[in-house]
Amino acid sequence: MSTKRHLWLGLLAIVLFGVVFFVPFAFILFTAAKTQTEAGELQFSLPTTWALLQNLKDALAARDYMLIIAFINSIVLTVVSVAVLVVLSAMVAYVAQRRQSRWSGLVNFLVLCGLIIPPAVVPTVWVLQSLGLFKTLTGLIFVEIAFGLAFCVLLFRAFIASIPRDLDEAAIIDGASPTRLFFKIIFPLLRSVMVTVIIVQSVAIFNDFANPLYFLPGDENATVQLTVFNFQSQFNTQYNLLFADILLITIPPLLLFLFLNKRIVEGMTAGAVKG
Amino acid sequence: MSTEVEAPPSGRPAITTPAPPARRKKSPYPYWFYLPAAVIFFVFFVVPTFSSFFFSLTRWDLSTWEFIGLDNYVAFFQESALITGLRNTLIYAVVTCGLKVVLGMLLALLLTSQIMARGLLRSVVFFPVLVSTIGVGLTFTVLMDPSNGLINKSLALVGINGPAWLVDPKFALLSVALVDVWKGVGLATVIFIAGIVSIPREYFEASATDGASAVQRFWKIILPLSRPAITTVIILALIGGLRSFDLIWAMTRGGPGFTSDVIASVIYKQYQAGFYGLSTAGNVVLFLLVTAIVFPLFRFLTSREVDQ
Repeated sequence: MSTKRHLWLGLLAIVLFGVVFFVPFAFILFTAAKTQTEAGELQFSLPTTWALLQNLKDALAARDYMLIIAFINSIVLTVVSVAVLVVLSAMVAYVAQRRQSRWSGLVNFLVLCGLIIPPAVVPTVWVLQSLGLFKTLTGLIFVEIAFGLAFCVLLFRAFIASIPRDLDEAAIIDGASPTRLFFKIIFPLLRSVMVTVIIVQSVAIFNDFANPLYFLPGDENATVQLTVFNFQSQFNTQYNLLFADILLITIPPLLLFLFLNKRIVEGMTAGAVKG
Repeated sequence: MSTEVEAPPSGRPAITTPAPPARRKKSPYPYWFYLPAAVIFFVFFVVPTFSSFFFSLTRWDLSTWEFIGLDNYVAFFQESALITGLRNTLIYAVVTCGLKVVLGMLLALLLTSQIMARGLLRSVVFFPVLVSTIGVGLTFTVLMDPSNGLINKSLALVGINGPAWLVDPKFALLSVALVDVWKGVGLATVIFIAGIVSIPREYFEASATDGASAVQRFWKIILPLSRPAITTVIILALIGGLRSFDLIWAMTRGGPGFTSDVIASVIYKQYQAGFYGLSTAGNVVLFLLVTAIVFPLFRFLTSREVDQ
């Protein structure tokens, strides 16, 4: 009896999940494949004529290939920020975990602050402008690094705690310098948590909207999240192109999700359970 | 140390003597490892945070400033639109946080029970977390269209006259909050699942032998033992809710009127309008709000953990 109930519950869950979580994505795909007039009706229906490729092409070509430039910007931003974040936060987490002193207390406090405090927007603009980095990709990269550090240090530190100190001591006796010890021995051991950090931060930075909006304004600098507003206007929104754009910017996270879902979930729940 | 001072007078000074002081001076965990991260964090996070307190007391255009005392705060709390923003921020944070905790827990219970396609359903719930907030916002703006949108058309099929969602001042903020929950509940769910899965099986076996009902099992075992997970979800959801900007900007831009403005969108609007001092004052208000709510709550939730 209980198995039968579970069967019904399962079926019901699948249908409900399908409607609630799948329909919006199907809607994106269908609308992205419609002609402009048909898309404008906002119906949830299969397109009568499939114009998906044409729409994707048009969306990419709109406003002098802005979306392509935006993809390049977003990829550079994501790759550079994440690469720097991984190295710098691993270094901080390593020393903070291994060398207990009053500095590690300060590091803990700053990590907590970095996680909780909302960044002060206009003063950041002011700092960037004083340094000549406002409206530059370099400036935005620094900002993304500064805002991402706390979370990365948290993940790395928890993992480094599980690496036995014996390993360090063996390397020191063998005459390894501190830098060698870290980069040749410890850093490679962080691979599994590194994958998690890379995925979580890549998704966050690629999907970031507010920071590029504030710190990297201007069409020539657009990142992908800002391009969707190209197709939205008060009177004549091109819904087919808008959704083609949304479809395109959903593909990178979708690929990550299909191949690395387990890792992402691991990363996002890491530390949550142990407290 | 003392042994080194009394160096053996023999012809062969011990080879080991120079080594200990050198090792003592040079820890294998050098502090300069902090340096690069510290510089970036200091320049792009600490400096702006501290200077925001000063600049919120000025009228400035990024290069010159004029000290005006608390005028910005007075302006902030006198403007009814800005007060609305403050109130909306609290409503938004509480509603999204509450719904994420309750729905996330229900989903986690469902997805840890013996139902079919469990793995697939877990993935499906989680996927929206990874998708662009702006994309989700614009998609739901279309789905929530009062007359042509899929949601109201579906409601009409079962005879319900759906609200005007984003267009109705009474529903706008709530509609955005619902979409936020749709997008974010997956994260709460996977954290709860991780919490429930980490509970030792013996508890469930023991409760089964004692004949506990499913409801008792939930209140007496699952809920107390997944408290760290619940703490995490509450804190994360509250911080996210209080700072929320992307989704509101994509869906309503604070409208209609100012009815769905939150502090973060007010900060952006004042910045756009060139009121940098006022915008920074908004930032300080947000800072105080977040720390005043999150720090004590964090203390409270974690201290109760220790008590047990």
